[in-house]
Amino acid sequence: MSLRDITIDDIESLAVGAWILGTGGGGNPYLPLLNMRALYRDGHRVQLMDAADLGDEDRVGVVANMGAPLVGQERLTDSLTLARAVSLMEEHTGYRFAALMSMEIGGANGVRPLMAAAHLKRPIVDSDTMGRAYPEAQMTSAAVGGLTPWPLTAVDVRGLESVVGKVPTWRWAERVVRKICVEYGSVAATCQPPRTGAEVKQWGIHGTTTKAMAIGRAVREAQRRHDDPIAAILGIEPGKLLYKGKVVDVARRATEGFLRGVARLDGLDDWRDATMTINFQNEWIVAFIDGKPIAMSPDLICVLDSGSGEAVGSETIRYGQRVTVIALPPPAVFLSPSGLDHVGPRAFGYDLDFRSVFSS
Amino acid sequence: MRRIGIDVGGTNTDAVLIEQGKVVRAVKAPTSEDVTSGILDSLQRLGATGLLKSGRIDGVMIGTTHFINAVVQRRHLTKVAALRLGMPASASLPPFCDWPEDLAQLVRGGVWMVEGGHEYDGRLFMPLDEAAVVRAAQEMRSAGLKSVAISSIFSPLDPSHEKRAAELVAGIVPEASITCSSDLGRIGLLERENAGLLNAALADLARDAITAFEQAIGDSGIAAPLFITQNDGTVAEAGQARRLPVYSFASGATNSMRGAAYLSGLSDAMVIDVGGTTTDVGQLRNGFPREANSVVKVGGVRTLFRMPDLLSIGLGGGSHVVLDPLAVGPLSVGYRLLKDGIAFGGSQLTTTDVAVASGVLDLGDRGKVAHLDGESCRKVFAEAARMVEEAIDRMKTEAGDVPLIAVGGGAFLIPDRVPGVSRVIHVEHGDCANAVGAAIAQVSGECDQIFKDMTRLDAIDAARTIANDRAVAAGADRKTLATIDSEDMPLAYLPGNSVRVRVRVVGDVAAG
Repeated sequence: MSLRDITIDDIESLAVGAWILGTGGGGNPYLPLLNMRALYRDGHRVQLMDAADLGDEDRVGVVANMGAPLVGQERLTDSLTLARAVSLMEEHTGYRFAALMSMEIGGANGVRPLMAAAHLKRPIVDSDTMGRAYPEAQMTSAAVGGLTPWPLTAVDVRGLESVVGKVPTWRWAERVVRKICVEYGSVAATCQPPRTGAEVKQWGIHGTTTKAMAIGRAVREAQRRHDDPIAAILGIEPGKLLYKGKVVDVARRATEGFLRGVARLDGLDDWRDATMTINFQNEWIVAFIDGKPIAMSPDLICVLDSGSGEAVGSETIRYGQRVTVIALPPPAVFLSPSGLDHVGPRAFGYDLDFRSVFSS
Repeated sequence: MRRIGIDVGGTNTDAVLIEQGKVVRAVKAPTSEDVTSGILDSLQRLGATGLLKSGRIDGVMIGTTHFINAVVQRRHLTKVAALRLGMPASASLPPFCDWPEDLAQLVRGGVWMVEGGHEYDGRLFMPLDEAAVVRAAQEMRSAGLKSVAISSIFSPLDPSHEKRAAELVAGIVPEASITCSSDLGRIGLLERENAGLLNAALADLARDAITAFEQAIGDSGIAAPLFITQNDGTVAEAGQARRLPVYSFASGATNSMRGAAYLSGLSDAMVIDVGGTTTDVGQLRNGFPREANSVVKVGGVRTLFRMPDLLSIGLGGGSHVVLDPLAVGPLSVGYRLLKDGIAFGGSQLTTTDVAVASGVLDLGDRGKVAHLDGESCRKVFAEAARMVEEAIDRMKTEAGDVPLIAVGGGAFLIPDRVPGVSRVIHVEHGDCANAVGAAIAQVSGECDQIFKDMTRLDAIDAARTIANDRAVAAGADRKTLATIDSEDMPLAYLPGNSVRVRVRVVGDVAAG
């Protein structure tokens, strides 16, 4: 099994790239990045491996924080709490995880598994189960693949530890863990249902940590050169420029542990006479221009700061910001009928047939 | 309406008198070490013709780079006791965790983290550990710390733990100046806490500086209230600025852009402000500086402040010039220009010397720079023009040509033609644009409260009406009021449709 050292500069890039892949949600990875800087200063190190190098019988721990991104900005998750969610799972199952992986590469959860990995001294698999961020636990390639949805652990820093021993479906897993999470205060460190090496190889979305690092590196290098960072992203990813504009209104409501709402943008440059609205449930789900849907999940809708090229999140987007909206292609696993059942527009309550911006 | 605007810069203290919308007189004096005498000097020059004796002065508006310079230069900062209410959460990221180490060393007087804070839905995260707050305060007292920054989880939604902790600390350290993070706004514990820590670090400087300003105004015989200009182009009365100096961080840049808009009559344009050491390029939109989108770092510290989006380059009237190989800036003689420049008998070749040699400026002794040939001068101006063009190109967001307003003492370095610029505008009193911007600073009104049983839009309307009325009561002209900030946050834990709305409006000072 070949392991690659992850440098702190890689993690700086990962933080920028994961936030872009967060498609508005998942929380800004800045706080996990700060934790990683502190852990690296203290001598901790993390290594990366390919899924292909896992043994079929190896067990892999899937790490994620759950909750509203807004809450994560106030209740900053500690690295030991994340590690505790993993060790609680090991206590419950009797497994010793050969490696850890990310449930969602998008947002802070793209970096958080490294916090647990640093304490537990396990490598990180260069794969995840979303290829982006999504608000609910059944919106994963593991769920599309019909893999076992249990057990789960959820930990709160105040000494609250929950194990969900068994649930019949991923939707039940989401409902039960969501309730626990809301009781905890809409934030919980979780270890998701463990995976075998064979499952990760078959159902994982591969190379996403490396991809997030590459996107982040492109943005950071463009910033340093004073080049256009958005052009730099579109130079390495087959994405599409959708809109440039200015935020004129953001309506938010916090419901059942989610942040839902609508951001409205007035156009600039080529879009001067067009209004864009983007509906969100933690993540940007559907973007409309003048009322007509132009991009929707599972296409990745990325709202970026027009100057820095860095991501703008649904919990921080604000009046007056100048933003550029791009789309990135979705993981192939979500384009099957079963994939669209899990993460297509109807999964978020929109009566729309999925139409990719990349299909025309 | 008669107002005096003063800009206390690193090099010069500029002052202007504005009467019925016109600049009546503008003067410059060197900034003094003690600040007071520089202001007094400029006020005396301003009143030299007896102008200030007749008629009432409605206000003295001072803009200063004092506070931001203190942080950037790591000077005059107060040691701060950081008290965070939120344990056991967030322990791996304590206060100061993302500060540059040198600044943290200077400011970090001590860190105390105790149990407390709220949840997003208003429940307690943990009960406030009052005994631990009392112990912390006793330790602050023993350590001689008198400036305290208190932060608490979700304090923008429920500030009660911060307020209670402030009471307890004040009971034990009565002379303490205490900053509560909830007074500085937004969701985002680290950034809000950072703003509080910076504010607390400026406590002594703000008190001394504003006292010095008041003394200078008093000594000059002017009986008018003192206002300090803020980052967003509005003014705060002196008492509030003393308590929350972080709000006045970036007012220097804002003032010069607002001044440029006022003097030129343009509200949409690029502005280039050429000082002694640096040149700032920004863009006016509707008469206000375009704001930076991203998280703003002040002296390396991440905050949520809104700041003008500026590009600074090392070019100014005092920039060092080397002829072979040709180099202009970034080093500068700064405030020593009138001593160190060759035209003034010194030995350092500067851009001002080149301008004197080529007859662009009539300053100092032209004979002393007679050795500079026309071709060399032309090359220096061409290099300055290249630097300016590059900076403008980077800051410009429109595809078409836009006007460029050139202000500041070094505006002579700006060429008459710049690619992407429709025309270069030099304005009368442009060298005092920052003082003009201070004099015309606007009045704001703010509403930040919880509305119940209303739709979101009705609640925002109600908040705007209250903010508008407050701005008018504070002297704004109702016709000019505009919303510059609007933020709302649903409060799921309260009965009915409860929403917390924060609206900030600004308007021009009403005439008369």
